[in-house]
Amino acid sequence: MSLVPHLPALQVVVPLLAAPLTVLLRRRSLAFAVALAASWAALAIALLLWQRVADGGTISYAIGNWPPPWGIEYRVDKLSAFVLVLVAGIAAVVLPYSRASIEAEVSPQQHYLFYTMFVLCLAGLLGITITGDAFNIFVFLEVSSLSTYVLIALGRDRRALVASYQYLIMGTIGATFIVIGIGLLYLMTGTLNLSDMGRRIAAVQGTRPVLAALAFLTVGISLKLALFPLHQWLPNAYTFAPSAVASFLAATATKVAVYVLLRFYFSVFGESAVFARLPMQEAMLLLALAGMFVASTIAIYQTDLKRLFAYSSVGQIGYIILGLSFNSASGLTATIVHLFNHGVTKGAIFLLLGSVAMVMGGTSLARIQGLGKRMPLTSFGIVVCGLSLIGVPGTAGFVSKWYLLLAALERGQWWLVFLIVASSLLAAAYVWRFVDAAYFRELRKDTAGGGAVPWSMGVPAGVLVAATVYFGLDTSFTIGSAAQAAALLMGGPR
Amino acid sequence: MLAPEQAILATLLVPLAGAAAIALASRQPNLRESITLLTALTLLGCVLSLLPPVIGGARPSVTLITMLPGLEIAFTVEPLGLLFALIASGLWIVNSLYSIGYMRGNNEANQTRFYVCFALALAATMGIAFAGNFFTLFVFYELLTLITYPLVTHHGTDQARGGGRVYLGLLMGTSIVFLLPALVFIWHVAGTTDFTVGGILAGKLGHAELAGLLALCMFGIGKAALMPFHRWLPAAMVAPTPVSALLHAVAVVKAGVFSVVKVIVYVFGIDNLAGAGLHGAADWLVVVAGFTIVSASIVALGADNLKRRLAYSTISQLSYVVMAAALLAPLSVIGAVLHIAAHAVGKITLFFAAGAIYTAAHKTEVSQLDGIGRRMPWTMGAFTVAALSMIGLPPAVGFISKWYMLSGAMAAQHWLAVAVIAVSTLLNAGYFLPIVYRAFFVAPSVGDHGHDHPHGEAPLPMVLALCATAAATVLLFFLPDVPLALARQTIGP
Repeated sequence: MSLVPHLPALQVVVPLLAAPLTVLLRRRSLAFAVALAASWAALAIALLLWQRVADGGTISYAIGNWPPPWGIEYRVDKLSAFVLVLVAGIAAVVLPYSRASIEAEVSPQQHYLFYTMFVLCLAGLLGITITGDAFNIFVFLEVSSLSTYVLIALGRDRRALVASYQYLIMGTIGATFIVIGIGLLYLMTGTLNLSDMGRRIAAVQGTRPVLAALAFLTVGISLKLALFPLHQWLPNAYTFAPSAVASFLAATATKVAVYVLLRFYFSVFGESAVFARLPMQEAMLLLALAGMFVASTIAIYQTDLKRLFAYSSVGQIGYIILGLSFNSASGLTATIVHLFNHGVTKGAIFLLLGSVAMVMGGTSLARIQGLGKRMPLTSFGIVVCGLSLIGVPGTAGFVSKWYLLLAALERGQWWLVFLIVASSLLAAAYVWRFVDAAYFRELRKDTAGGGAVPWSMGVPAGVLVAATVYFGLDTSFTIGSAAQAAALLMGGPR
Repeated sequence: MLAPEQAILATLLVPLAGAAAIALASRQPNLRESITLLTALTLLGCVLSLLPPVIGGARPSVTLITMLPGLEIAFTVEPLGLLFALIASGLWIVNSLYSIGYMRGNNEANQTRFYVCFALALAATMGIAFAGNFFTLFVFYELLTLITYPLVTHHGTDQARGGGRVYLGLLMGTSIVFLLPALVFIWHVAGTTDFTVGGILAGKLGHAELAGLLALCMFGIGKAALMPFHRWLPAAMVAPTPVSALLHAVAVVKAGVFSVVKVIVYVFGIDNLAGAGLHGAADWLVVVAGFTIVSASIVALGADNLKRRLAYSTISQLSYVVMAAALLAPLSVIGAVLHIAAHAVGKITLFFAAGAIYTAAHKTEVSQLDGIGRRMPWTMGAFTVAALSMIGLPPAVGFISKWYMLSGAMAAQHWLAVAVIAVSTLLNAGYFLPIVYRAFFVAPSVGDHGHDHPHGEAPLPMVLALCATAAATVLLFFLPDVPLALARQTIGP
């Protein structure tokens, strides 16, 4: 019996089954081995799925052979395949890193729990991406969120508990809003299958419950997305979580939320409904711009690098939503490609910051003075990723910026063009703060910790930094997938 | 022998390989310096190999990668780019020779980093020179800014950091805020960014839009130091003098004015800008450039620090090129192209002289230079020749380029431009000739600042370098055929 037709199910099942296995195998090294195997298998499956979708178009898989729309359907189209590769890829890189990283950051008795929660979170995120059923999205959302709360709380600093609790409250509100929205849609359309919903919703388009559902879904997803001003949970979560967790979350959690937004907006509601009946375009535009400018400005004044780059993430998410607000092929291409590019860049930065924390004993700007001399490769890596955040050609961030500018120019909105480039200057300002501290200040005498960065941490970070440059030079995978996905979304409910 | 396409790739790979080799040889200074010189000579050889085919009318081209759909990193050799590449690679040899003398004479730290960044900067410069489309030019333009940053902040002092911040801030800022949107817009409107004779915007944009787009491009090319985005140039004076020579003659500013001429001629198109009898689209640029020329010269008059005076002189001379290109007259464009070459050899000589004076006599201010010509005759002799070139007097090559620019201005009947050229020539004389006079004909003032210790000429490598470039300034006056031919071919076969 060939496994290939069952790949969509295996994508979720493999990491999901790894979770109880790691709990049972209490020993850290065994738990790590299982988790690693699961994440690498998940990456292999994601790549295979991407290839199959590229060759043969959308894949539809009925769970338990119960046909949709009554059974739960797993549906892999060009957009979901792309996001699957991102999520699985980041997990596959972060997990080898985490082994050495959590030695310093998580108490040894809890290491197996870390791996359990990690694979659960991975399963949840992959599930959200691959499923074609609305309630299933909520289920997997809860799975990934709950495991995320635990992962954040595992951080050594006591404030990690508070950060986790804060995220729990806000995340639960968000999830509640989402399930209310899904409930309203179920009420009006009689189905939970996303494709079916997209077909049936035309008949009930203008009714109040459907508009309310749109609003609830938007707010709920925006909370998970950390769209300004619903981003309050993010800085604390990224700052106090273990470095591997921060990297994984920064690269995937918000991106999957963007995927959900795209899916609901374009494949269920249809872009005309969303943008014509409600002022979504203006609302998204304003919130995106606010995020870009306010968050980037706040980032400039931070004294801790993790918090600085956390606010940077909020700003970059603003770019992603800005692309969405254009409601055009170029805009959506920019959104989808920046989803990937920013994921890779931010993932790299937080991995590097984890190494910095290990060697220098912390990531505050005061503590990392002279980093350029002490850890030259790591500093250079952070600079390269910083250039990607600014959007310098030769890095992935430039590609996203190009499409964003193109989308704005297609609409003839020059004021928006200048706002976008102005925000790049803000990014330059906060990247500069790192460069200044690392290269122009003297090393402090009392740098604690010490020692070198182990290979298991250096290589994954290096891989992501290399990816940041690679996807700035060879965009065939990223732009190819993003453009096709954008065309698919613009094509309307499927 | 290398095929033209291979030669193009070689011009990029040779400095890159050289940089790696220099880094490896960091423990053996003599070997390291030899590698630099060898790399520079090889680079010049590769560039020279492209000269015969291009003069003959060929335009060899090679495409590297497709970065974005429809946008490739591609290289095409045409006369203007070849002239820029010749200047850059030729002067790199001289600059390297000079650097050896300067860095050792002043016992500078971090010399390996210096030579590595130099080689990388030259690689980026070759990328700019041979860029086949505006997108490629932009990519290498940004890379050049980034790679010259460690050179500007070489000394690592607070002052260096401040100067570096202005340098990076202004150059990256102008290119991100103005040039990038212009580039995306051009691609959106024209569907291509390839450099084409006659431009790619013909008939696509209205008059006002053309002028606006031109403004974005001109202010976006911050390396051309058009006011008000010129401050990075004096700020970059914190760098060691060989870097200033690189900035102000070999690579950075030349990349700026080269890009300006290239964009005007090959993206906008001279006829397109001149448009049916009205002067409109580029007229404002003549005014802005003219203002820059005169006001920078006035600041130079009042500057006592020698490098600062030379910096403002550079700002002024760069705007000569911009103004001449903006006049859109064939003769003035030839003059603009020639001036890129003329200014390069002249200014590098002046900076070499400034560095020699600092190394030998530890003097930095013009007021300290009385009588120095007696002790450093070769240095000040070279300085004099270069000053003549800046003013535009024979037998220096600056005379030829100024002649063309003036002829072009008169042919276009642009009397403001003529006036600007005349006034600024007088101003140039006003801030250069007194230095020459005082160096040779005034006795040194005794006991000033305790710096009057007996000294001779600068170290030999430095003197050789500056004499070579001064000689080139005169040589090009008598034998201007190659630059002139390349300049003529720029505007049409």
